[in-house]
Amino acid sequence: MDPYRLTIHQANNLLQSRALSARELTQAVLERIRATDETIHSYLTVSEKEAFVQAEEADRILASNDPPPPLCGIPIAVKDIILTKGIRSTAGSKILEQFIPPYDATVTQKLKDAGAVIIGKVNCDEFAMGSSNENSAFFLSKNPWDVSRVPGGSSGGSATAVAADQALASLGTDTGGSIRQPASFCGVVGLKPTYGRVSRFGVVAYASSLDQVGPVAKDIRDCATMLQVIAGYDPRESTSVDTPVPDYQANLERGVKGLKIGIPKEYFVEGMQPEVESTVRQSIEQLKALGAEPVSISLPHTEYATATYYIIATAEASSNLARYDGVRYGHRAAQSESLAEMYRQSRAQGFGPEVKRRIMLGTYVLSAGYYDAYYLKAQKVRNLIRQDFLNAFQDCDVIATPTAPTTAFEIGEKTADPLTMYLSDIFTIAVNLAGLPGLSVPCGFDDKGLPISLQLIGQAFGEEALLQTGYAYEQATEWHTKRPGI
Amino acid sequence: MRISREEVQHVALLARLELSEAEETELVGHFDKVLSYMEKLSELNTDDVQPLAHAVEVPAPLREDQVTNQANTDALLQNAPERQTNFFKVPKIIE
Repeated sequence: MDPYRLTIHQANNLLQSRALSARELTQAVLERIRATDETIHSYLTVSEKEAFVQAEEADRILASNDPPPPLCGIPIAVKDIILTKGIRSTAGSKILEQFIPPYDATVTQKLKDAGAVIIGKVNCDEFAMGSSNENSAFFLSKNPWDVSRVPGGSSGGSATAVAADQALASLGTDTGGSIRQPASFCGVVGLKPTYGRVSRFGVVAYASSLDQVGPVAKDIRDCATMLQVIAGYDPRESTSVDTPVPDYQANLERGVKGLKIGIPKEYFVEGMQPEVESTVRQSIEQLKALGAEPVSISLPHTEYATATYYIIATAEASSNLARYDGVRYGHRAAQSESLAEMYRQSRAQGFGPEVKRRIMLGTYVLSAGYYDAYYLKAQKVRNLIRQDFLNAFQDCDVIATPTAPTTAFEIGEKTADPLTMYLSDIFTIAVNLAGLPGLSVPCGFDDKGLPISLQLIGQAFGEEALLQTGYAYEQATEWHTKRPGI
Repeated sequence: MRISREEVQHVALLARLELSEAEETELVGHFDKVLSYMEKLSELNTDDVQPLAHAVEVPAPLREDQVTNQANTDALLQNAPERQTNFFKVPKIIE
């Protein structure tokens, strides 16, 4: 098998038995990127030089008697919204086109400490605002299953790089579905951990009460390994939670016997692609055959999640993005007469249309006279949405839904109407509002050969149950072994 | 329309964004569509519901007020659009 096609656990076996060197693996992945990225466009920056330095360090550790760290010599791609010291980090925006971070994000540092080879920075919607990658200021990543279709977003490049074997795994971020939806569109595994499970220090902020970092991987075991590496309390990130990180590998094979799986009726609705519904229902049947017990539940405020999300997320974004003022870093407009004009013009030139829309909307819902009607109202509805989940978990252990209402849509299909685009996240958004973990697991294909995924939603800090369920499903099926013909 | 061009201009001023006329026109329409979608929330009676700012409740962590990172002025200034000695340089503020 070509080394770039390996999973992390397969590569670890070969690296540790010295059948493959980290340098050879890195070389193979770089060649794969060269051969395919003119078609797929996953990478904004390929950090070849640094990757070889890290690979050689990994080979040194592998040749020693020291036990190798969990990602020793494994090529990983990192979403460009996550800072990498000395390597350009644009967040998909022109305003940060030249930005070279002077420090690493905590998750980047954790990857390095785990021996990973950071192969490059992958494309995303500008400041993670988008569901299709079409809001990247640079170019559009293409879906490896059908290059006339979007890869999903905002972590589009994180998903395409893994699906097209241009990295063994990647990191993305998820504010309203930005890991799970592209993972679903590209047929790979994606996990949004519980709010507070993973540090956001050094991750460009979009909506701080919703953002989480998480892995995209080729299978559940790899996903568990990645989560293990990045999870944990960070004194530099005051919303990360100081609670023990379980050993996610230890009980991965526990199975689903007796597990109660909640099926919310609000997530199987008219208007969704019929094959998505039938395929996801089949996967739930499969889990039942493995010993799980499906139960009907209700999440009655589901239909309010999208409106709630776009008020809260844009409000937080308008505040977070105030820092891009052309003073300390980022684009500055030339020849401004005054400081105020420099702010206005730098931001006008540096931000793309969707980012401007969200800053405007967020500023409006926070402005005098509208705060109570929109922002405060949304925070209250957010509480109702969270309460729905707490109630549901009285009757079940995990919740199963489709990740997205459709398979990957065509490039340009939803760009004319931003509201239509917003609605492509209807099944993922509530999970962020409630701060819960969500795992997207490939579970089949539609008649066009496009991937469909099952979303498993867990209780706060219940990633273990999600991974166990996903693993049991994966062992009984072959969807995770399917790769696009590229 | 739920919002006028003048209101869009006012919000743009608050957001420190220079908008073209075409962008203003587009935003009037966009606001109209999105705000009417958001009005859906008014169907719900939330009089007795507490607002939720963070889904996972954790107490604000306290720490000693000690400097832990090393001073590195050049690293902090390396991305500055314009610098003068050890300062960020901006256009004139006071006439």
